[in-house]
Amino acid sequence: MEHAYDITLTVNGTTVSRRVPARLHLVDFLREDLELTGSHAGCEHGVCGACTVRVNGEIVRGCLMLAVQANGCRVDTIEGLSDSKELAGLQKAFHQKNALQCGFCTPGMLMAAQDLLLKGKKVSREEIRTHISGNYCRCTGYQAIVDAIEEVVNGKG
Amino acid sequence: MGKAELPLHAPGTKLDRGYIGQSVPRPNAQRLLQGRGSYVDDLRFPRLAHVVFYRSPHAHAKIKRLDFSKGLKSEGVIAILDGRAVAEYCTPWVGVLAHLKGIKSPPQHAIAIERACWQGEAVAAVVAETRAQAEDALGLIEAEWEELPAVIDMQESLEGKKIIHKEFADNICFSRQHDTGGVDEAFAAADVVVEETFEFGRHTGVCLEGRAILADYNAAEHSLTVYHSTQAPHMMQDIFSRHLGIPEASVRVIARDVGGSFGIKVHVYPDEMATAALSVMLRRPVKFVADRLESFATDIHAREHKVKIKMAVSRTGEILAFDLDDLSAIGPYSVYPRTSGIEGNQVVNLTGGPYKHRKYRAKLNVVFTNKNVTCQYRAVGHPIAVALTEGIVDKAAAKLGMDPAEFRRKNLIPDDAYPYTFPSGIKFERLSHHQTLNKLLDLMSYKKLREEQEVLRKQNIFRGIGLAAMIEVTNPSPAFYGVGGARISAQDGATLRLEPTGMVTVMCSVTEQGQGTEGIFAQIAASAVGVSMDKVRVITGDTGVTPYGGGTWASRGAGIGGEAVLLAGRALRSNMLEIASKILNLEKEALDIGNNAIIGKLTQEKKMPLEELGRVAYFRPDTLPMDFQAELTVTRHYTPRQYGFTFTNGIQASLVEVDPDTGFVKLLKHWCVEDSGTVINPMLVDEQLRGGVVQGIGAALFEECLYSPEGQLLNGSMADYLVPMSGEMPDIICAHVETPTLQSQLGAKGVGEAGTAGAPGAVMNAINDALAPLNARVTAMPFTPERILRALAKA
Repeated sequence: MEHAYDITLTVNGTTVSRRVPARLHLVDFLREDLELTGSHAGCEHGVCGACTVRVNGEIVRGCLMLAVQANGCRVDTIEGLSDSKELAGLQKAFHQKNALQCGFCTPGMLMAAQDLLLKGKKVSREEIRTHISGNYCRCTGYQAIVDAIEEVVNGKG
Repeated sequence: MGKAELPLHAPGTKLDRGYIGQSVPRPNAQRLLQGRGSYVDDLRFPRLAHVVFYRSPHAHAKIKRLDFSKGLKSEGVIAILDGRAVAEYCTPWVGVLAHLKGIKSPPQHAIAIERACWQGEAVAAVVAETRAQAEDALGLIEAEWEELPAVIDMQESLEGKKIIHKEFADNICFSRQHDTGGVDEAFAAADVVVEETFEFGRHTGVCLEGRAILADYNAAEHSLTVYHSTQAPHMMQDIFSRHLGIPEASVRVIARDVGGSFGIKVHVYPDEMATAALSVMLRRPVKFVADRLESFATDIHAREHKVKIKMAVSRTGEILAFDLDDLSAIGPYSVYPRTSGIEGNQVVNLTGGPYKHRKYRAKLNVVFTNKNVTCQYRAVGHPIAVALTEGIVDKAAAKLGMDPAEFRRKNLIPDDAYPYTFPSGIKFERLSHHQTLNKLLDLMSYKKLREEQEVLRKQNIFRGIGLAAMIEVTNPSPAFYGVGGARISAQDGATLRLEPTGMVTVMCSVTEQGQGTEGIFAQIAASAVGVSMDKVRVITGDTGVTPYGGGTWASRGAGIGGEAVLLAGRALRSNMLEIASKILNLEKEALDIGNNAIIGKLTQEKKMPLEELGRVAYFRPDTLPMDFQAELTVTRHYTPRQYGFTFTNGIQASLVEVDPDTGFVKLLKHWCVEDSGTVINPMLVDEQLRGGVVQGIGAALFEECLYSPEGQLLNGSMADYLVPMSGEMPDIICAHVETPTLQSQLGAKGVGEAGTAGAPGAVMNAINDALAPLNARVTAMPFTPERILRALAKA
């Protein structure tokens, strides 16, 4: 029998309670239990960044954190930050510059970019490249992504 | 054939081209930006069962016993089945084509029966209520194996001392010889002969979304709906129909959002066929999503070539002849239905492609091994052909003391030589090598870079500049697959429907994988009909809805699908004008469509909104003449036929800095000048080129599927198999020459694979240029720091 635990957390501003197996990843919990399918599972070993979500204000890999570890936490996903319009500036710039193709990496990429934006500093292209180098994109050459982030973070938009 | 009329027209005139050539954002990207796409794993179904596969731990082994008894008792397990059970519902296949003479491959089953031929081949399927439960049961399967001799090395395979498939006399899947004659004479007469052996590691697509399929069988109708992360829904419809015994029209394949494909998702995978068969067997929806390890072990791999190339050159730097010997290994089966013979065949077709020599000889051997299968992956054969050609060209230029750019200029086929038949037999409609070369040299300030390189060398900073000219297969005709008996459509269709409110719905058989096909179809449809893009909606990826067609592969979406949309758009426009002429009682010729309205052709004055036209045509046709029926849904198809392939050309350059102490290569900048004919959306084209370049850089520097001598995959995770991340990638500068194909109205050629085709050769040449003063040279991709250090130690 699996070990199961009761957890209560705030996801996108709403309190949710569930009984979850100890082994359940946060991203699987979000996708399977809450049906928030915007966070994607790409590699499930913490390399690709497609499952990046925000926990208590910090971006984390949803595949490297267990759902039980999020007990009592505030979790924000792409769906929540889209509805709250927090990501609107980045989403607009990504759209205008075609900084996405298949879109599978995009929610995680936006989470990472927003994290940089929240630091409130001007950044070089080099720094942007470094900041998102934990997020794998196979479709673009990263350049449009860097362009879009640069525009928003440095306030050129 | 004449070019399209207003609002599309031949380039160069000052008339309005509508949205063609405009960098408009893709409408369909909005949902993806909010995480509201629907990839296969996002779908929710009642009674959905999950399948996982028990895979062979050995490269080659006989299955002596499989014991499912413990697994079957595990919580949530619905069924555990072996190859024989699944074979009752799914017939085997053979990956051969008639036009690849002599190609052979044994029958392949959805689940291996009796024998596994590579580590990772599925030998049992476990179906459970949740994926976690299925994976729990996987650990309870007991298997007894008898290991068989495995053939891992391709040279060993060619020698044939150990035969993989007993029904064959050797391990050769396919071989080809090509000879124009006169090659030995050309080499005998040459002032300079250069020779090199190049090696290309196996690599794979690493789509961020793994392969995914959800099959939903309806027992009452004997019908099957498959939600599939695929590039070719109609091809898969045909295959599910024939191998599962369900009438073609009762199989519907739906490809919603696809998380990257790059050629990985255009093949028949045994585990996916098994998933469909299991849905039929169990009479409920069944889903399979490959995890990352499964992706590395079972997504098709590509490349793995070892090629000896020789080139004969005159004293003045004129290329006289090429002589090629390519050995390539494809795993234990030729992949169905495209075969695994195409990549090697392309290397033979394309090597030396940009140049004007007339003598050419090539030998190709494609052999079986006990590793994962290989097949067509982005740029199929091109990266090999380009790197070989451009590598040996640089070597010859160096030997003659000529500048590599000037050496190329001397040998590139002149821009006024077309149509042109290349010594391998392929035909070029019209290419622009000299224009692209000149543009590239300007764009990168070539002379200045060379001067800078000289100065830096004196400071022991080793920078290299590498060029790679190329030709590329795009817009393939039925000559690619159809003539060989494959049920793979070279034609595509588009249906356009005017909605009552004046909106336009486009349904096209070319699919969207993120490259922006839906976006450019909206641009083309809006331009052709005369409406704004916000009035257009595009539907792709559903065999139940769109016209029949090939889908996405071989850089064909814009050139073939786009042309179908254009033709349908023009036909719809004509029909709309005819209805308007009846409503307004005016001559059709006096009317036009612009700004979502019927307008006077000369005055541009608004006569009637399209909403009004739609209202009358759909709800008040009683007001139209008795003998007139409005037709506001039209379908058109397009097949390229005049040429086997619509070749494109381009040239890339790479600027790198090599650290001789660490062997690390720093990519400083990359340039790409491409002639893909009419550019429909420069922004989309440029980032697709860049994505392709980055994928090619991955092949050149990082990516290789490594196997142990026993055939065990050594790097099945993203921590061990390195892919390009943003931190190491350079800015990539793109520019275009536009030579539209005259075969179509749109004039678009393909562009999706160009970046990947040229980048490895350009990076290789740049590294070797950097290493030249140190007398070191690398020829085996990927050029890891270790390989560069070894080359330096040898120097």
